[in-house]
Amino acid sequence: MNPLDDKIQWLLRLGDSALIQGQRLCEWCGHAPAIEEELALMNVGLDLIGQARNWYEYAVVLLADGRSADDLAFRRDDRGFRNLLLVEQPNGDYAVTMARQFFYDAWHHAALSGMAASRDEHIAAIAGKALKEVTYHLTRSAEWVQRLGDGTELSHQRMCAAVERLWRFTFELTEVDEAQARLAASGIIGDPAQRAGAWKATVDEVCGKATVPLPAPAVPNYLSGRNGLHTEHLGPLLAEMQYLQRAYPDARW
Amino acid sequence: MRAGELIGSDRGARTGGPADIGRAWAVLDGVMDPEVPVVSVVQLGIVREVGWDGGHVRVLITPTYSGCPATEVIEADIRAALETAGFQLPRITSRLAPAWTTDWITEQGRQALLAYGIAPPSGTASKRSLLEPAAVIACPHCGGANTERLSEFGSTACKALYRCLDCREPFDYFKCI
Repeated sequence: MNPLDDKIQWLLRLGDSALIQGQRLCEWCGHAPAIEEELALMNVGLDLIGQARNWYEYAVVLLADGRSADDLAFRRDDRGFRNLLLVEQPNGDYAVTMARQFFYDAWHHAALSGMAASRDEHIAAIAGKALKEVTYHLTRSAEWVQRLGDGTELSHQRMCAAVERLWRFTFELTEVDEAQARLAASGIIGDPAQRAGAWKATVDEVCGKATVPLPAPAVPNYLSGRNGLHTEHLGPLLAEMQYLQRAYPDARW
Repeated sequence: MRAGELIGSDRGARTGGPADIGRAWAVLDGVMDPEVPVVSVVQLGIVREVGWDGGHVRVLITPTYSGCPATEVIEADIRAALETAGFQLPRITSRLAPAWTTDWITEQGRQALLAYGIAPPSGTASKRSLLEPAAVIACPHCGGANTERLSEFGSTACKALYRCLDCREPFDYFKCI
């Protein structure tokens, strides 16, 4: 693959992951367990959707095929999405939602930290801005993992079950593929091995404090978000998210 | 926003006089944030530069949060205010770097937030570290330091929800980023 393709695929990885996680959070709107939590989930979702837009707007400049940022969000099928498998997983109970958020935030924070000094000034600008927001997201989700994990007997059971349920998708969070290695070698992104190490260190520390045991490291399987091979959960999410633009192309208000 | 506008550049040429630039700043200082209507976009540090570009006033702004829904409203409000004041076809551009920080909120802006019942950002953004305990936030109503955080987010992404244990009033805190 040429360097431009590597970069575009990586931008889609970031944009799609932020968008899908944001969309999942929006599903809590009107259903969150408390008003404060609802506000928080929606605001985190808003940050992520704004970040996705920034990544897409840069991606379409590089793609130069006439597509807009909205086209990327609303006119691609599941096979075209490059998001992490983790973020497309259903919300489940609040422990699942917060465990998913925490695993993602820890990856996101490490990835953005490695890009804030990117040789690509557009990537550095978007990542530097997003990093401030994601630092806050991570602080919050880490607190929830601890509160539930080290809480009551029931909340502890729920958090342990949530970690177990999501764990098999975490292999992508520490995965280092050839495209990432090439991007890192040219100074576009940070060292992927360092990012993987940072993720593991954060997860070990927080889950340790939360008294939540971690399974053995997750191993790769036939699924692969970066190759568009998703779980069965992405399709229905896209069907809802893309409905309006699919049914009424170019609709505006 | 276009990718080419993400990074600032120092464009020197200005054909408008310093008085025009000063007047444009004054107009902008009258444009209030749509969600916190007691502080202006200048006081919040959203307006980064005002200049002159090919016979039109040029305003450089930066978004507060990536997903802030007020960003587009702010741009429209700035455009309308400048046109009303006689600046024809103002050129408004947005850039992301350097990223907006609450350190850019002016002292006047902080006082206005406080008077409105919103606790202004505490400390400076550069000093914060990950997973550290939150700072003590004084109540904007009674000034008491005996407060607790209810939620990391308040009515907007830029605020958190607190309550005062002395006067029992809830309040918004403008987060330090």
